[in-house]
Amino acid sequence: MTVITVSQLNRYVAALFDSDRNLSNISVSGEISSLKRYQSGHIYFNLKDNECSVSCVMFRSKAVLSGVLAEDGLKVIATGRASLYDRDGKFQLYINEIKSDGKGDLYAAFEELKRKLEKEGLFDASKKRKIPYLPRKIGVASSPSGAVIRDIINVLTRRFPGFDLQLIPVKVQGDGAADSIIKALKIFNNRKEADVIIIARGGGSMEDLWCFNDERLARAIAVSEIPVISAIGHETDFTICDFAADLRAPTPSAAAELAVPNRTDITELLFSSKNSMNLSLTRKLEYSKLRLQNILVSSIISKPEIIWKERKELISNHTDRITSSVERKLNDFKKRLDLATGALESLNPVKVIRRGYAIVRNNNSGKQMNSIADALVGDKLTIKLFDGNIICTTDSTEINTGVNDSRSC
Amino acid sequence: MRLLEEIVSKLEKGDLTLEESIEIYTEGMKLASFCSEKINEAESRITMLTERNGETEETVFNAEI
Repeated sequence: MTVITVSQLNRYVAALFDSDRNLSNISVSGEISSLKRYQSGHIYFNLKDNECSVSCVMFRSKAVLSGVLAEDGLKVIATGRASLYDRDGKFQLYINEIKSDGKGDLYAAFEELKRKLEKEGLFDASKKRKIPYLPRKIGVASSPSGAVIRDIINVLTRRFPGFDLQLIPVKVQGDGAADSIIKALKIFNNRKEADVIIIARGGGSMEDLWCFNDERLARAIAVSEIPVISAIGHETDFTICDFAADLRAPTPSAAAELAVPNRTDITELLFSSKNSMNLSLTRKLEYSKLRLQNILVSSIISKPEIIWKERKELISNHTDRITSSVERKLNDFKKRLDLATGALESLNPVKVIRRGYAIVRNNNSGKQMNSIADALVGDKLTIKLFDGNIICTTDSTEINTGVNDSRSC
Repeated sequence: MRLLEEIVSKLEKGDLTLEESIEIYTEGMKLASFCSEKINEAESRITMLTERNGETEETVFNAEI
């Protein structure tokens, strides 16, 4: 018998496969499992049915075209060639293309429903209700038995002892599950006691979680007036429920964490709030006190007489000025009066007449005379002396020729 | 809690009058005490709503923890 090396064996078998026309281009239906995407872009997974499994590889050049859809649990029709990877002696499919196996395919139905509801705006971020910071009552729709409700209660007890939880037991799998959850949502909304609702279920296969991809349930979640947190399966499981809910929790325990704050945090916050308020008010009071003190020591309040003292001085000052100015005016006036009186005295015609002068008046013209021209011959004149009048008649007039004054009547 | 936080920040700003400050401080302290009371309720309540003969019934729920 001929002895050959492993390499020779593997290459021989590989060549056998490659020479088979049936294997060079085949389509195989099965469900994807253990899918791994590598940095290089190549995708490795197993294709399996109920009994058997085969390794598959999809190189990057092919993977970018149709490999994006590939996901664990997805039923597909994979097309490519079957051969032996000689290095490992491993039989595998080199896949060029994968297509979703349309008939009854859960994944396709999921995608379609998701697209439809998304288009309707059911998942819009604007429609999401805010999860309350501290709910008075937490409504839970879940199975009353099993780890899920226990996990939730454990987390709530740890985070916020003193919580209030109301459980509505629901079916979380199979026929009637969606209906029982829809009914629970209605009860919670009618009672208006819970401030937040958690819909929770533990991990399971895509089929197990299928009831959470129910369109009516998604709509019931969307119209719930109470905010809904969905916690379905594990972190990697996504259901329509998760998209419709106001908040998706990766696990039921996480949902409990999202539903209540940590009580220690609140206690600390309350404490610091009280401190801060005390500090602020004390500061305000100190400040106000200081301001008041400043006002009290200001000169006007402490010595109010300043106000009138100043005024008083001003008034007396004014009075003095008025008095002195009036006095000055009076003195002036008196002096002027004296002066005028003196002047008047010296001009008094009576005094002049006493000294031997006379005033002559022409009776015809009625005028006092200054010159001989004021009298015509025959005019009657009145000569006014200090002790009486002489009435006479003008006989003639003579013009002065010398420096000596000469008068005639 | 949000209201409380608002009050704290208003007080910290310090641009209120003394009367306003005292008023808001009193309100804040009341609120803080109310919150403290609420969160210090040590007793958790766990109940279950079930339907019996068409009527909703609330019973204490005992989860085996």
